[in-house]
Amino acid sequence: MSAKPVTEAVKELSMLKQKTMIAGNYELLATARESGRKVVSTFVPGNLNELIMCFDMANNLPEINAIQSGMRKKSGGYIMEAEKRGHSEDVCTYVKTDIGMIAKGNLGPDGRALPDPDLLLLSYTGCFTFMKWFELLRQHYKCETAMLHVPYEGDGHASKNMRDYVVKQIKEEVIPKLERVSGVKFDIDRLRQYLAESAKAEQNFVWVLESAKHKPSPIDAYFGGVYYIGPMFTSFRGTADATEYYRLLRQEIEQRIADRLGPVTPDGEMHEERYRLVVEGPPNWTSFRDFWKMFYDEGAVVVASTYTKVGGIYDLGFRHDPDHPLETLAEYCLGCYTNRNLPARVDLIEKYVNEYEADGLLINSIKSCNSFSAGQLLVLREIERRTGKPAAFIETDLVDPRYFSPANVKNRLESYLQMIEQKRHGAATAA
Amino acid sequence: MTATADIVARCQTLFDDLQFTYAREWKAAVPGRKVVGYMPFYVPRELIHAAGALPLGVLGGGDQLEVIHGDAYYQSYICRIPRSTIELGVTGRLDFVDGMLFPSICDVIRNLSGMWKIMFPKVQSRYFDVPQNYRNDVGGEFYINELNELRQMLAEMTGHEIGDDAIRAAIALYNENRNLVREVYAFRAKRPWKAPSAEVYLLMRAGMTLAVEEHNRLLRDYLTAAAAQERPRLDNTRVVVTGVFCEQPPLNLIKSIELSGCYIVDDDFMLVNRWERSDVPLEGDPIRNLALAYLHDSGDTAAKYEPEQKKKGLYLVEAVKRSGAEGVIFAAPSFCDPALLERPMLQAVLAAHGVPYIAFKYAENSGQMQPIREQAGTFADSIKLWSDR
Repeated sequence: MSAKPVTEAVKELSMLKQKTMIAGNYELLATARESGRKVVSTFVPGNLNELIMCFDMANNLPEINAIQSGMRKKSGGYIMEAEKRGHSEDVCTYVKTDIGMIAKGNLGPDGRALPDPDLLLLSYTGCFTFMKWFELLRQHYKCETAMLHVPYEGDGHASKNMRDYVVKQIKEEVIPKLERVSGVKFDIDRLRQYLAESAKAEQNFVWVLESAKHKPSPIDAYFGGVYYIGPMFTSFRGTADATEYYRLLRQEIEQRIADRLGPVTPDGEMHEERYRLVVEGPPNWTSFRDFWKMFYDEGAVVVASTYTKVGGIYDLGFRHDPDHPLETLAEYCLGCYTNRNLPARVDLIEKYVNEYEADGLLINSIKSCNSFSAGQLLVLREIERRTGKPAAFIETDLVDPRYFSPANVKNRLESYLQMIEQKRHGAATAA
Repeated sequence: MTATADIVARCQTLFDDLQFTYAREWKAAVPGRKVVGYMPFYVPRELIHAAGALPLGVLGGGDQLEVIHGDAYYQSYICRIPRSTIELGVTGRLDFVDGMLFPSICDVIRNLSGMWKIMFPKVQSRYFDVPQNYRNDVGGEFYINELNELRQMLAEMTGHEIGDDAIRAAIALYNENRNLVREVYAFRAKRPWKAPSAEVYLLMRAGMTLAVEEHNRLLRDYLTAAAAQERPRLDNTRVVVTGVFCEQPPLNLIKSIELSGCYIVDDDFMLVNRWERSDVPLEGDPIRNLALAYLHDSGDTAAKYEPEQKKKGLYLVEAVKRSGAEGVIFAAPSFCDPALLERPMLQAVLAAHGVPYIAFKYAENSGQMQPIREQAGTFADSIKLWSDR
């Protein structure tokens, strides 16, 4: 029986809501100079969106701009531009996309120029490259930079020393710079209010991710998941809009569960769930739809992914806590996926394979992201050993189109799904 | 007096020995002794010494190690040092090592710390973080606590407390070591024909293996012997080599740079050897002294954040001035994020100061030196012929 989608994709209310939110943020950025609003650039993992909102600043996320460039097929040109300017072919392609984009006029997805940042908030979490990225940007913009060094959880947990260090930096380094650049005095009650709003959205966000435990899964927790994490991990956490987005999304998914429907794909609803996978690693953005199609054409649904934990991990119980505003921000920064040591990452993936009743683990290893990629082959072995489920490995890149080889990826994926079939057949025979 | 050739031969033997015989014998000599391995770029070796253990620098497998198992753990686009380090581990070459420290240098070494925990559960391994905030009350407090946690881990490993006096004594020894290392570097910068870089390199690598007391003797002996030995002075171009602070180039690459007509007058091969710029004070709380030295009196490298834009990269310009260099060679390991991301920023600073430079990449097992010789040779010639420096 074919697993191919048969119905046309319909834009759901949550999708339209998110689209409006994103357009609104780019509008805010494009008009920041005329409106007198100050602009901060920062990173996705463990970001301090609620804190930034306390200073009425517009939030620009270079990683998101790079993703947008990748999806709009612009990143290849930007990367070449950066390499022409002396940046190595070996390093992060988000960085090179950003640098190339700046060199080409720094146009946002709506075609309007993004403003120069007034502050670079270097929240150095889970990725060493962040530090170099903003040093590179600082050299270009010559603007103020606030460094927030978030220690790596080398022993798999955050210690008191780590938390205290992050809180102190927020107090002594980040807040004073945000105040100075924005001209707005910090109000901790305002922060509490945003954090309370975040927690509301987070509750529904976790419910959405965990809905994939249903059979069939009503969502794809990787390809669909990257849309679901959008408001939570970017400039909207802590806003009423984000809360409303997750309320709508939950409502839609509740209906899908009631109707026993599978995920919505770009080609419509997916009707038959043949394989349930856990995926480790970020997606490829330059061929995102082609990549996804390879999965849904085969009836493969991703029921849990680590990439949807890159901004922060909520499904282990964390919620922003308005009663401990700075401590909760520190805990959030510390706990994001790539800031956890490899054994903790393996534990999490094992839990997903078991709890989501997955057929196995697929690793999408990203050429230019060592934070994710270094050690993934050991992750693969460990998961196979611990769960007895087959794992597979494909290699692509974030936004460099030169490193997406459709035939190879498709071939690997198909072989992997056959392996799952064999394993099932073997198990059935043995029984 | 020991001749330089004898000293260098000893260092070469240590360098070639991928079974780490010296460290094995050191450990076996007294029951209960421990060995603690560490990777680039910096760990406070004073604490390991004060615990009565031997700090052992683990800098990959070089070009003599055939990597078979290690390649099965890494994709082709990841540098070579973690795969050869894994190879050293799985082939039992590090089976005598009781603890491993993985400093905060990049995501690859960071993740290797977790891999080590999974693959070698009997070894006490620790990711060793350093502050990127240099205020005493912020990064300083954090770092003091990190150092105390390391002190505790080492105490548990060796089975006895590490007293302040033991740390002070270790600081004194490493102060002496750093002074001698600086002296060798200054000697080479002044008279590079008397201290070829391959020799200096081997001498510094020996410091990754030998007990510090022994390394101090070796450094002293070398200084005396090198000063006494007459060698021909060549009309070479004086260069600083940078970007080599983690995965080490093959020894032949260092020799090739010199053979191409360059004297290496400064480098960042093994930063741990001279990380603190002046003596760490012996009076007062030794942990606090180590922490403050890191915050305010330590070297610069890509893995360390520079809070002030106007100071970014000036350390390299200062190295050029201090050593009287005429140009800079950026040599970075392939896929090395810190070195390669830092490089354009440093190049911009050099350009602004009129310092010529070239760049190439290598791996620890690079075999073809002809392109390096040609590139470095052309660079040296161009400076001799055209530069107004």
